[in-house]
Amino acid sequence: MSDFEAILKAYERSGGNPHFLKSPRVASLVVSGNRVLGANEVAGVHLSSEELPDGVRAKVVVEPGVRLDTPAHLCFGVIPKEGVQRILSEFEIGDGARAGFIAHCTFPNAEQVVHLMEAQIHVGRNASMKYNETHYHGEAGGVEVVPKAQVTVDEGGQFVTEFALTTGRVGKLDFDYVVDVAARGVAELTTKAYGYGDDAISVKETIRLNGEGARGLAKARIAVRDRATSQVVGATEGNAPFARGHVDCVEIVRDGAVANAVPVVKVTDPRAYVTHEAAIGTVDKKELETLMARGLDEETAVDVIIRGMLAG
Amino acid sequence: MSDDYILQVERLHLERGEQEILRGVTLEIAPGQVYGLLGRNGSGKSSLAYTLMGCAGYVPSAGRILFDGQDVTHLSITERARLGLTLAWQDPARFEGLKVKDYLSLGLALSEAEGRAEGMKEPLRERVEEALAAVALSPLTYLERTVNDALSGGERKRIELAAVYAMRPRLAILDEPDSGIDVLSLDEIAHLIRRLSEQGTAVLLITHRDEMVPVADVAALMCAGEIVRTGEPQEVRAYYARRCRPCDVSELVEPPGGSYERL
Repeated sequence: MSDFEAILKAYERSGGNPHFLKSPRVASLVVSGNRVLGANEVAGVHLSSEELPDGVRAKVVVEPGVRLDTPAHLCFGVIPKEGVQRILSEFEIGDGARAGFIAHCTFPNAEQVVHLMEAQIHVGRNASMKYNETHYHGEAGGVEVVPKAQVTVDEGGQFVTEFALTTGRVGKLDFDYVVDVAARGVAELTTKAYGYGDDAISVKETIRLNGEGARGLAKARIAVRDRATSQVVGATEGNAPFARGHVDCVEIVRDGAVANAVPVVKVTDPRAYVTHEAAIGTVDKKELETLMARGLDEETAVDVIIRGMLAG
Repeated sequence: MSDDYILQVERLHLERGEQEILRGVTLEIAPGQVYGLLGRNGSGKSSLAYTLMGCAGYVPSAGRILFDGQDVTHLSITERARLGLTLAWQDPARFEGLKVKDYLSLGLALSEAEGRAEGMKEPLRERVEEALAAVALSPLTYLERTVNDALSGGERKRIELAAVYAMRPRLAILDEPDSGIDVLSLDEIAHLIRRLSEQGTAVLLITHRDEMVPVADVAALMCAGEIVRTGEPQEVRAYYARRCRPCDVSELVEPPGGSYERL
């Protein structure tokens, strides 16, 4: 099996559709370890990449005014049991452009893999970027993933992202996104993770609403069981008139797992308004008993409830 | 005797804290029978439902529950459900992220696993749609919706009943299916109960609305944790309307010239 076929197979296992990585009509980038196995540009979308000793530097530029009908597909993976992959990425979404990205990061055989992602993202005036990232880390729990992003959203721009790690083990996750939002801009960050065994989850979502009328939502849905741990810090700053922000964290904790939630709300302009809600608890008794009254055993019922919470 | 009854409850007692909630409840329900259990708020009806279903915190201190002749008093909820017993809660649960079609499919999967779906040739989706239609909800509108707060209380209640219908249980305990439902919809709930009965499902209908009683084949009146009267639905209904007073009579001012009579 070629490296490309192997990564496609892993991509599929993580929930991706390999068809998109082969289609000439879809912008795509395929990286295995520190090698770029495939890159496809479409009109108005430019990809450049450089192989590094331990990873890849990649730049994605969407020209101003370009509307991407089909999301660009990105695949990052490490097939061997061990390895380090560092992705230094830069996204430039031009003024008025609209682009979606679907990224899958897959480490199906990982026993000792480190995946570091450092992203610089700029969303131009009245532009829109949606970035969905799904991870699959295999069943051994031997992955350490450190996704970090600095995002700037210009006036009227929109940045919506969802990070999901809900199938297989987490391993160790240290997620840290910071978004600065200008006037009338919008930022929505959603992180979903399901940890078990001795998985360790750390999520930090920061939104700084710096322009008048900027809006932000920092949302986390986390479930931990066994001896897993989670720490969620959702921070939103209202630094301008009529900025509106909300921090929303729900965590389900089972067995001997430990969950922490720290909503941080800061307002420096009296006309801004930022709210938060955080809830940590076990599975709701009535939900559990309802599903058991439909014939599900307790373990399956818990799983249905947790997966529903993570899907919501 | 067990061949004649799907459910036999024998002198069931339940204590919670210092309080005795159920005080020697005895009742019998035949297969396909609709058993209407009337009673004021606080009379112990819902506690009886939770005890029959095996909910946490509702372990009887004495008495037995026989389901199709088998003692299920100490079985788990799941085990009871797999025997064909289920419960529709008065205030149904909300499930974030769980779509109506998936929720209804859970009950269908069980009915297939337990062999109660014999003769049902339709694909899963059609049977889910049939369950929604049985509670007068449009599949087009509801299949993709989520069973959460975005639905009204009445909608969640209907979906709960649809889930029970889809499950094809042998006995369905319906805890106040008529609460939070407008008067015009009561007929639809009554119709559903008859449909359940026609498909062979016995129904324990718990209600405090006496206008629901005519749908039952037999009715009983519960007061302060006891069943105090059993008989023809219209007779029990009339007795309930005429004689029953709120359970905690100590909070009431005595009527002129007399006192409330303990039923």
